[in-house]
Amino acid sequence: MDYSQFLFMKQEIGLLIVFLAVFLYDTFMPRKALPALPAVSAGLMLILTLLGFTSCLGGSDAAETAFAGMYETSPIINAIKNVLNVGVIIVLLQSIKWANSDFMSVRRGEFYELLLVTLFGMYLMISARHFLLFVIGLESASLPLAAMVALDKNRYESHEAAVKYILTACFSSAIFMMGIALVYGLSGSLYFAKIHAAITEGNSLMLITALAFVMAGMGFKLSLVPFHLWTADVYQGAPTSVTSYLSVISKGSAAFAFMVILVQAFGAIYSEVWEWMLYAVIILTITVGNLFAIRQRNMKRFLAFSSVSQAGYIMLGIVAFNWMGTAALIYYILVYIFSNLAAFGVIGAIENATGKISMDDYRGLNKTNPKLAFCMMLAMFSLAGIPPFAGFFSKFFIFTSAINQGSIAIYVLVLIALINTIISLYYYLLVVKAMYISDETPVIENFRSAATEKLGLWVSIAGVMLLGIVSCFYTSILEMAKASEIFFLH
Amino acid sequence: MDATLPLLILVIPLAMFLLLGLFGNKMSHPLAGTLGTLGMGTTLVLAYTVAFTYFFSGDPTFIAENGDRLQHVVFNQTWLAFTQNLVIKLGFLLDPISAMMLVVITTISFMVHLYSMGYMRDHHGVYEHGFQRFYAFLSLFSFSMLGLVVATNIFQMYIFWELVGASSYLLIGFYYTKPSAVSASKKAFIVTRFADLGFLIGILVLSFYTQTFNFVEFTSAPVEGLLDTYQVNIATSEGIRNIFASAQASTFMGASVLTWALVLIFMGGMGKSAMMPLHIWLPDAMEGPTPVSALIHAATMVVAGVYLVARLFPLYLMETAALDIITVVGAVTALYAAMVACAQIDIKRVLAFSTISQIAFMMVSLGVARPDFHEGLGYMASMFHLFTHAMFKALLFLGAGALIHAIGSNDYTEMHGLRKHMPITHWTFLIGCLAIAGIIPFSGFFSKDEILSSCLGNSTFVYIWMSAVAALTAFYMFRLYYLIFWWKEHETPAGHHAPHDQPWTMSLPLIILAAISCVAGFIPFGNFVSWNGEPYDFMAHFDWSVAAVSLCVAILAIVLATVMYRKENPLPAKFKNAMPALWRWCHHRFYWDELYMFITHKIIFGLICKPIAWFDRHIIDGSMDAMATVTNKASEGIKPLQSGQIQFYVWIYLIGALLLGGITAICLM
Repeated sequence: MDYSQFLFMKQEIGLLIVFLAVFLYDTFMPRKALPALPAVSAGLMLILTLLGFTSCLGGSDAAETAFAGMYETSPIINAIKNVLNVGVIIVLLQSIKWANSDFMSVRRGEFYELLLVTLFGMYLMISARHFLLFVIGLESASLPLAAMVALDKNRYESHEAAVKYILTACFSSAIFMMGIALVYGLSGSLYFAKIHAAITEGNSLMLITALAFVMAGMGFKLSLVPFHLWTADVYQGAPTSVTSYLSVISKGSAAFAFMVILVQAFGAIYSEVWEWMLYAVIILTITVGNLFAIRQRNMKRFLAFSSVSQAGYIMLGIVAFNWMGTAALIYYILVYIFSNLAAFGVIGAIENATGKISMDDYRGLNKTNPKLAFCMMLAMFSLAGIPPFAGFFSKFFIFTSAINQGSIAIYVLVLIALINTIISLYYYLLVVKAMYISDETPVIENFRSAATEKLGLWVSIAGVMLLGIVSCFYTSILEMAKASEIFFLH
Repeated sequence: MDATLPLLILVIPLAMFLLLGLFGNKMSHPLAGTLGTLGMGTTLVLAYTVAFTYFFSGDPTFIAENGDRLQHVVFNQTWLAFTQNLVIKLGFLLDPISAMMLVVITTISFMVHLYSMGYMRDHHGVYEHGFQRFYAFLSLFSFSMLGLVVATNIFQMYIFWELVGASSYLLIGFYYTKPSAVSASKKAFIVTRFADLGFLIGILVLSFYTQTFNFVEFTSAPVEGLLDTYQVNIATSEGIRNIFASAQASTFMGASVLTWALVLIFMGGMGKSAMMPLHIWLPDAMEGPTPVSALIHAATMVVAGVYLVARLFPLYLMETAALDIITVVGAVTALYAAMVACAQIDIKRVLAFSTISQIAFMMVSLGVARPDFHEGLGYMASMFHLFTHAMFKALLFLGAGALIHAIGSNDYTEMHGLRKHMPITHWTFLIGCLAIAGIIPFSGFFSKDEILSSCLGNSTFVYIWMSAVAALTAFYMFRLYYLIFWWKEHETPAGHHAPHDQPWTMSLPLIILAAISCVAGFIPFGNFVSWNGEPYDFMAHFDWSVAAVSLCVAILAIVLATVMYRKENPLPAKFKNAMPALWRWCHHRFYWDELYMFITHKIIFGLICKPIAWFDRHIIDGSMDAMATVTNKASEGIKPLQSGQIQFYVWIYLIGALLLGGITAICLM
């Protein structure tokens, strides 16, 4: 075997080094030095991200494959990994105060190590061009998450959430692998490219079942309806930092990986078989997510359902089935990471300071904590898609990319998505209304957030404000998507 | 050319706006004013450098081998990519008129920044409330206006066009506690927005047929490799005809689509440049602080309409019907505004109507310009007049501001006899009046004479008409001059000191602008600006007979004004009584505002809006309410799905997966 192939996995290797450094630091450093662990992890991730933007870890300009085509890297793949890295840095910043609380001090290291391991799994999912490697990535991105969900050992909900998560995850993996087994039976290979070449006709019950099972498995990671039922309970039960990680990073990587699977392995039978399945799932996801979000009073549960419907919007990027859709999808993930992390940043800061998590507690927040209320408002505006915030542009581009396909069915699909945007506006504005318009005496006293929480919020808000208006982000993604060969098989 | 300097020209005013807007309240007043002025001063230097480089460096990117001036796109950054073809870019286009406008805008803006340091405080040196906000808005306006003139494509121009409108709205309503200022700002915004509706439709029609937004492609031949280099000769009409063959071929209601598009685009220009019947906002806009009137409502923003037509001039040449419309609108507006200006008593209103009339001159000049007459003299004359008018009209407004500042009123019946007390203001104002009246050797003489020459080349009727307007101009300006500076002065009330000249920050801009007005006429403008970039000798097209006639007419008008107004006498009253109807109509501005009130209130609100409001309240709101109810019910109905029981979750998961596959299978087989 040619070991130099490992050199293609620059980003994975970099991440492994970060992981080992954090692990060794946690194990061998004196107890006094341990409170610095979160800052060390965030710093190392920052270095990794910066290197990822340069040629050092960024790789070459063209697509490269390794291990007989199992692993692929290209500028667009680097880009999505960098996007995830940026999100992880914000999550780490926001978690520092929580990680250094008395309760967490003995298990601080576990959070960071497990997080980095799952991120490694996501890298593999994104780069995999073979189902075996993909499943390894998927599992290493899933199983440690259960442990992370359970980190809050004193809280009953945390255990319950972890159990729910691990059981449904196992079930979902089983279904997913059943699907892959069927695919193997049909095509005789686990390489995406070979599956693509072998499966060109869609008229077999076995193939449809296989596709439905693969969709269900990925739908679980992305919490697409009807595979989303775990989401609300787990998001609510998990510690807030873990929830924010779950809702943006895990979802973002799964969305990209899902697109790659659908396009590269099953692209030949897109219009024949799974186009309509995708439409159905998208409509269900957006609508049901919205309908549930309307009723929620717990902020974390509320954002859980909001993230379900956002996942539906992300899937619209696949509908376009061309590189513009890919660009819109990545851009949507990027913007969604910043908007959602801004919201979670505020929720986390308030929860850390006061323990309050209900929307009713947010009444009159503007009077006591105007800056936090303002950040929350911007996050809500961006999630709802109000111009000139980034969320507007991401929704706009993803709708345009879909519309450009031009069939009546897509017009109807986008119309339904648009109506749902109006519904979502209602519940996002409920939060703003509670913070700004309510006359009742504020529940939450004025408090000072930790510096790291502020920094995390600043970064997220800067993203919310600038990602849309400053065009270079979208155009550079567009350029990379245009040059990428994700759709090379057509 | 390196993109740094041009980029900085836009970035500095924007940065100043953000800085003063966000942190202005934490700064002291002088600091905010100084920062704003320094920022604008830097922009001025940069803009002069860029314009100088463009005109004089002889760089082959700016000037072709045969001496033609070229259009050069310094940078052009994609901002929004809707589809592969529909891309909106933001960039910086350098060509003769944009370089000229850079100079005009930064000069006037800098003068106004400097002047406002003195103007925006009272006689005891106390700064006005919102001083920092004022400078923030001035910077925003400068940024928008600069962005407008350097636009590389018509959509960028539209974006900045609206930004200019918004900053004008903010500045007119600067004294937001004054109801008249608030209603004036609303009026300006609504009227210009209404006009911009036409502009937008025009843009869409034009770009739909031509598949492009870019000015360079609108105005130049489709040369091989055009998009890569942007280095094409300005406008050969053969090439334009090829691009727009499709737009010309299709017709709508008897006129070609291109005509429609151009007329609709001109409608936007009519709104911004206050052409009849969309002029009603400009006199009211004088409610803003006087430096703002000088900057926005005299020198820069109001000429945006002229600039727009000049920018698309090669297109207009293809459809001379649109140019004829421009001529008619301009000629009617010029006469109307000049007549009204003779019967106003508020000095800023006189100047406002004079501005409308002078912009109409520029419009007429574009309207009558044809390449076959003196190589498109009208185009050059229009730009030349834009340049000189910006200088002397800003001078007049700033002078008026000094008077208002000293007297505390806009009404000239309260001024009289100020020439002894305010010598600097007096002399500079006189220079402004001579320039606008068209007396040799002041700048207005040259530019107005070029305009009249090109009118004569088009039709004798237009020439005579515009000469009459020129005479009226000289008359009402000197009427104003005598009423302010001559006559018997008012008694100074006890305890007040007599009015006096202003601090140096206000005097210096007056002196500089007066100096420019004296010498600007001698600039060989034809060397720099012409419709197709080809320089020509200015004096070769100078028609001495036209010049002599217009000079005589202007002097006669001034003599008449002297006789009537040099000192108090019964002549004006006799004149007024001889034609009471004419006086009343002019004094009430031909009742345009009343007409608008009637149309909006009685016809639009009563007949159209009421039924629509009923429809909105009952049908639209009703269906929205119904949708909300359905959503709520559905949300309630699916609540049991989230039972919290894991075995149930897994069941739903499995059933979902099977149904997804099953339904697809049934549909496919």
